[in-house]
Amino acid sequence: MVEASLEAYGYEPDKELHRIFSIYRKDHNEGVFDAYTPEIRAARRVGVVTGLPDAYGRGRIIGDYRRVALYGVDRLIEDKQSQQKSLEVDVMDENVIRLREELSEQIKALKSLKEMALSYGYDISLPATDTQEAIQWLYFAYLGAIKDQNGAAMSVGRVSTFLDIYIERDVAAGKISEEEIQELIDDFVIKLRIVRFLRTPDYNSLFTGDPVWATECIGGMGEDGRTLVTKSSFRMLHTLYNLGPAPEPNLTVLWSRDLPAAFKEFAAKVSIDTSSIQYESDEIMRPMWGDDYAIACCVSAMRLGKQMQFFGARVNMAKALLYAINGGKDEMTGDQVGPAHEPVTTEILDYDDVAGKYDHFLSWLAKVYVQALNIIHFMHDKYNYERLEMALHDRDVYRTMACGIAGLSVAADSLSAIRYASVKVIRNDDGLAVDYEITGDFPKFGNNDSRVDDIAVGLVKSFMDKVRANQTYRDAVHTQSVLTITSNVVYGKKTGATPDGRKAGEPFAPGANPMHGRDTHGAIAAAASVAKLPYEHAQDGISYTFSIVPKALGRTDSDQIGNLLTILDAYTQYRGHHININVFDRETLIDAMDHPEKYPQLTVRVSGYAVNFIKLTREQQQEVIARTFHESVGAQEQSLATHEAEIGRSDTESAEPEPVA
Amino acid sequence: MKGSFVAARSLKGSRYALRVDQGESEAAVAVSRTGNDGHSGYIHSYETGGTLDGPGIRFVTFLTGCHFRCQYCHNPDTWHLKNGRHVTVDEVMAEIEPYAEFLRDFHSGVTFSGGEALVQDRFLGRLLRRCKERGLHTAVDTNGYLGDKVTPAMMADVDLWLLDIKSFDPDIHREVTGAEVGPVLDFARRLSDERRQMWVRFVLVPGLTDEVGNVDRLAEFVASLRKVERVEILPFHKMGEFKWAELGLEYKLTHTRPPDKKLLARVHRQFADRGLNVV
Repeated sequence: MVEASLEAYGYEPDKELHRIFSIYRKDHNEGVFDAYTPEIRAARRVGVVTGLPDAYGRGRIIGDYRRVALYGVDRLIEDKQSQQKSLEVDVMDENVIRLREELSEQIKALKSLKEMALSYGYDISLPATDTQEAIQWLYFAYLGAIKDQNGAAMSVGRVSTFLDIYIERDVAAGKISEEEIQELIDDFVIKLRIVRFLRTPDYNSLFTGDPVWATECIGGMGEDGRTLVTKSSFRMLHTLYNLGPAPEPNLTVLWSRDLPAAFKEFAAKVSIDTSSIQYESDEIMRPMWGDDYAIACCVSAMRLGKQMQFFGARVNMAKALLYAINGGKDEMTGDQVGPAHEPVTTEILDYDDVAGKYDHFLSWLAKVYVQALNIIHFMHDKYNYERLEMALHDRDVYRTMACGIAGLSVAADSLSAIRYASVKVIRNDDGLAVDYEITGDFPKFGNNDSRVDDIAVGLVKSFMDKVRANQTYRDAVHTQSVLTITSNVVYGKKTGATPDGRKAGEPFAPGANPMHGRDTHGAIAAAASVAKLPYEHAQDGISYTFSIVPKALGRTDSDQIGNLLTILDAYTQYRGHHININVFDRETLIDAMDHPEKYPQLTVRVSGYAVNFIKLTREQQQEVIARTFHESVGAQEQSLATHEAEIGRSDTESAEPEPVA
Repeated sequence: MKGSFVAARSLKGSRYALRVDQGESEAAVAVSRTGNDGHSGYIHSYETGGTLDGPGIRFVTFLTGCHFRCQYCHNPDTWHLKNGRHVTVDEVMAEIEPYAEFLRDFHSGVTFSGGEALVQDRFLGRLLRRCKERGLHTAVDTNGYLGDKVTPAMMADVDLWLLDIKSFDPDIHREVTGAEVGPVLDFARRLSDERRQMWVRFVLVPGLTDEVGNVDRLAEFVASLRKVERVEILPFHKMGEFKWAELGLEYKLTHTRPPDKKLLARVHRQFADRGLNVV
């Protein structure tokens, strides 16, 4: 992986390193492919299972970096030593042996961390004594982790409110001014923003825009009813003004209707101004994970220092439906990938026939998928163990096997079309179903119409149950996400035409979003549909991306803030989990495609994280623009048809008036 | 009118889709129009996320039928009753119901727009009554011309009037809409006399409604009304033009540009100088 990256960017890998890793040292990637079955390889190749962390670092583990500031490294080493002692037991089985070895690795990592800090002139053996040290110690811990691991997502955790304790003490002692505090927070954020990993162009085409997912959680409520919002929550959001909008750190507000009104208003204002915040429902997560969880990557909640996940990317639900129709043959290549099964033979698709076959294929898919994940995580633990991040965890952690699904709205709409309209199959010369003709209308996901929303809910539940039926490595608890990040474009490219009318190669909607342009009943109906997806069957998170033009939020600034608050509160009340808020004009994006130099900091939220718009591929940019924008124009109720025509044209209208006031 | 959330990619199925005949024959429409007791009526579409048509987030119902022929109309496919779908009051309420709790809890509500909502006054009256029974905030978006049809009972069921005054000058009003301005101003005075809360809206069209004197007199008039909570200046835009073409109608404003910042600022000032809250 590293060598491929180096070569792709025109560097020559070091010969000595090459020799070591090809002759003496096996890596995680090699281990995985030694164990993969032909069936897993085939499923992976065609993209029905995709994005697997078998060639890159799995990430999604959050060290509790606060522990370094709070206890100092020496105390943490002592604690790990006593944990080792606790494992001097009578029965030395595989689990104990593995854990003992891991604890030894963790202690070595902590010692290396001290050494690293010393090389910068700091001794972090003891606890931090003031604000500056707390931030410095915490940053060293994070720096150690990202030096140790090129993980896909390297979240920071939930640090701003923790830091506030040091800050308040220093303020009370008159040791620091507000200006100095903000400067320290800004500096910390600058450090988080400049993190870069070496990644291949292939990886970047899937997750574009240099994501590190240095996710930082802000706000939320305590289990005792007190808010966890502090002045430092404001300071953290304020960095978006001082430093300008940016994708990193991935600022995540844990939303509750009970958050202090001033903070809610400030967050809404920052969203409107920067489009750089995502929101996740503390109401849904707190009862499940307590009040000291953080978000790994985009939407994955985990108790800090007590829980980790085996990241599992996702399967392609839309493609699996096509396999059901084609008896396990891939609709793009014609290869038999899934188990050979009776294909659909009728000219018009019959709902019961297709749904039955789909159920069968999903069972197969869940099996292959969990098998692949078990192999990957066995090898990752063995060859690429996250020793520093895990050193900042308790001895015994709660592990989840974080599966995921993509193409949910495509699959649900397809089943709805089959049930409520008439879908005729078009087959090629080999008898492979390659396209579909729909007669009549059908309910589409995103309109708060239970006829199709129930299909989507049913798919989430049933696939989760199928995953649960498979034994996991290290007895990890099965979870899944409905999340795509930017990969909805690539998944779409790899998937043939679907019975909902989506053409071959067209992008999927991101995350749990309704398909572009099909949510025709307004924002609340769309949000209500997404909010129906059950979190208890998707505990790794359900991502919804909401885009709106500023003027459609209200005529005045205070209307806009008030309405955004209402949308967030309403979505939370409807039991929605995650929502990205984008507030900008479509024209801005179109202009940014042609004149990237004018928009160095234009940040766009996509399923679960933020990206710098101008770093997206052109295809991804077009997909973002084509997405449903909840839009209106201040003047009259106006159709967007002419907007449609403008996309891709260079002479976009610039005469649109600014709103008065 | 106007503003709310719109699906941009495909207009099919949305209220922005061109819908000229949703299945009703002229004869059926005529019969139901005369014999209708208001238990049913014609609607173009619904929108769940309106943010501009009243306080908070609005559930907007667009009724069909309008006697104005505004040159800049962006929804000429709502002019005729038969452009709509025939639905009962119960059916409309069933569409609203899933959102009722949210609309009530979050200082939001229901807005009836069009077309011209008062064309189907009895239908509208029943809808408003049912919304009030459900505890919802109600707003009606109207050009005011049919204000005489508003009964005291209906008046009591409307929390906010969104009154569009297209022009103060009678000649300009006739030119813009094809109708007289008198009844509009009468209704505005009635709302004022009865102390009904209103937002006044004015569509600013360069070369048509922007004349200094016209705006001055309108601002003067609006300033004389009670309970005008805000004045909204809506800049002309022609994104509804394609519908005119599809309907085979001649669009007269093809060469008209949206107002520039300077003009908007001038008109804004003309209202604001009279103490009005202009947004």
